[in-house]
Amino acid sequence: MGAEAEVRRAPLAVPTGAPRPARPATGDGGTPRKVWVGWSWVVRAASLLAAAGLWQLLTVTDARIWLRFDRLPTLGEIGAEAGRQLTTPLYYLDLLQSLVRILTGFGLAAVAGITVGIAVARSRRTGYVLLPLLEAVRPIPAIALVPVAILLFPADEQGIVFITFAAAFFPIMVSTRHAVRALPTLWEDAVRTLGGGRRHVLRNVVLPGILPGVFGGLSVGMGVAWICVISAEMISGEFGVGYRTWSSYTVVDYPAVIVGMATIGALGWLTSASIELLGRRATRWLPRAEGSRA
Amino acid sequence: MTALAALDGAADRRDGPAGLGFALDGLSLGYGHGMVLRDVHLEVVPSEVLVVVGASGSGKSTLLRALAGLLSPFSGKILAGGVEVAATSRDRAMVFQDDALLPWRTVRRNVELPLRLRKVPRRERGAAADTWIARVGLAGFEERLPRELSGGMRQRVQLARSLVAAPRAVLMDEPFGALDAQTRAEMQRLLLDVLRDTRATVVFVTHDVDEALLLADRVAVLGQRGVRSLIDVPEPRTPGADRSELRARILEEL
Ligand SMILES: Nc1ncnc2c1ncn2[C@@H]1O[C@H](COP(=O)(O)OP(=O)(O)O)[C@@H](O)[C@H]1O
Ligand SMILES: [Mg+2]
Repeated sequence: MGAEAEVRRAPLAVPTGAPRPARPATGDGGTPRKVWVGWSWVVRAASLLAAAGLWQLLTVTDARIWLRFDRLPTLGEIGAEAGRQLTTPLYYLDLLQSLVRILTGFGLAAVAGITVGIAVARSRRTGYVLLPLLEAVRPIPAIALVPVAILLFPADEQGIVFITFAAAFFPIMVSTRHAVRALPTLWEDAVRTLGGGRRHVLRNVVLPGILPGVFGGLSVGMGVAWICVISAEMISGEFGVGYRTWSSYTVVDYPAVIVGMATIGALGWLTSASIELLGRRATRWLPRAEGSRA
Repeated sequence: MTALAALDGAADRRDGPAGLGFALDGLSLGYGHGMVLRDVHLEVVPSEVLVVVGASGSGKSTLLRALAGLLSPFSGKILAGGVEVAATSRDRAMVFQDDALLPWRTVRRNVELPLRLRKVPRRERGAAADTWIARVGLAGFEERLPRELSGGMRQRVQLARSLVAAPRAVLMDEPFGALDAQTRAEMQRLLLDVLRDTRATVVFVTHDVDEALLLADRVAVLGQRGVRSLIDVPEPRTPGADRSELRARILEEL
């Protein structure tokens, strides 16, 4: 990584005559570590293959060892079903539908959660007004809001987005609030004595300074948002990966259930990896990012 | 005598807006219920370098925060340039002991910050920042993040950042207190060099008597009950001047 190389060059040019002792860089351990890094991929792949092999063994032999594998599909059946589904437009329609729902709900939750989190942490008055309300609603799991959502919204679609929003909102709001509180006052003092006002502090200190904490909340929020969007789709809905998975189950199409599950897993992984990546980019200034790889 | 010393000090420091004078009148400061400083009376002459020395916990930082407008007094008042201090101001920049740089901003973007807050156009502020970065000996480090710099280098950046927008007063809270002896000596030389070109009033807090005598026009000794004494330094900032007598006097006061 370029930045890393630059860091190592720094001590040569330090003009203060007090070069900091070089940190033991993580990626710099010489050969033993490199060998292990190469091996680690073999081990990782072997671990996955072993699990797949075990599944295959249990399902092909229709094992009934208290757990009953006789009705679960083999890897071949799952593969065939996946191959079939991947060529139908319906699969992509479902996928898109679920993605739109989660991104809408999650996007709204991110904006609202960060805004409210900052507002209640920075302004005592806003805190007095909003916190009792938020604390009263917070213990209710978002999925328990399904009946209300069905009554409240004219269309299922909006209800599902609402549930997703409600699920992701709280972790994001709470982590934002804590991040604002944990911000060192020194940065704010510095900006104020350089001529900055409230808005400047918000823009130049609070927003960038809370990002590490906020991204923690976004990760958690995305996780619960998926739980809720899939559950809500299973309860009410006419499209979506969750709906399709559940309806496959009701028509005893077990390979399709597994394909649905795998799709949900892949989507979940994709969205949380994106957040992780964005988070790393946005918080590159953190000390611990030094020398560590993305 | 005091005013004369200050004028001498100002004579060779030409550029920038006129220095800001402070008048502290019956000032009491503290936090919550605890009073830290009681009934302080003090004049800070425009363009002088006033060094405040005192034991740890004597209220030096508290006093400086009040001058900056970060802490409002229990009673009494602070006038800066004849106007009561009610909030922070771009006229009164502050340099902190450490870690006051915004860690997500590069050296250049940290130094530019006060100009940005003043809506100075981008190109202009970039040029001004680079000039100051070179002035404090950090040319070539513009794109570094604070975590990639040593403690001494970070304090150089803070110095540049506090002076880039030509404030009328600079309040420095033990800016070299966290540095090793050699780096501190270099920073003191740099500060002396930089101060020659500005008319800004400097209030510098330290617990190091030698540092005080090296930099000051006047030294204020802070004790349990406010300012214990005010000492003029003859021929301020003259290398090789014999300060042993003053030094002994201040140590006795402390
Ligand atoms: N934020 C604060 N809240 C409460 N008490 C404080 C705070 N900051 C400082 N103090 C108290 O005020 C006194 C003076 O502190 P300070 O001004 O930092 O001293 P100095 O800078 O001379 O070491 C100390 O007794 C300290 O405990
Ligand atoms: Mg202090």
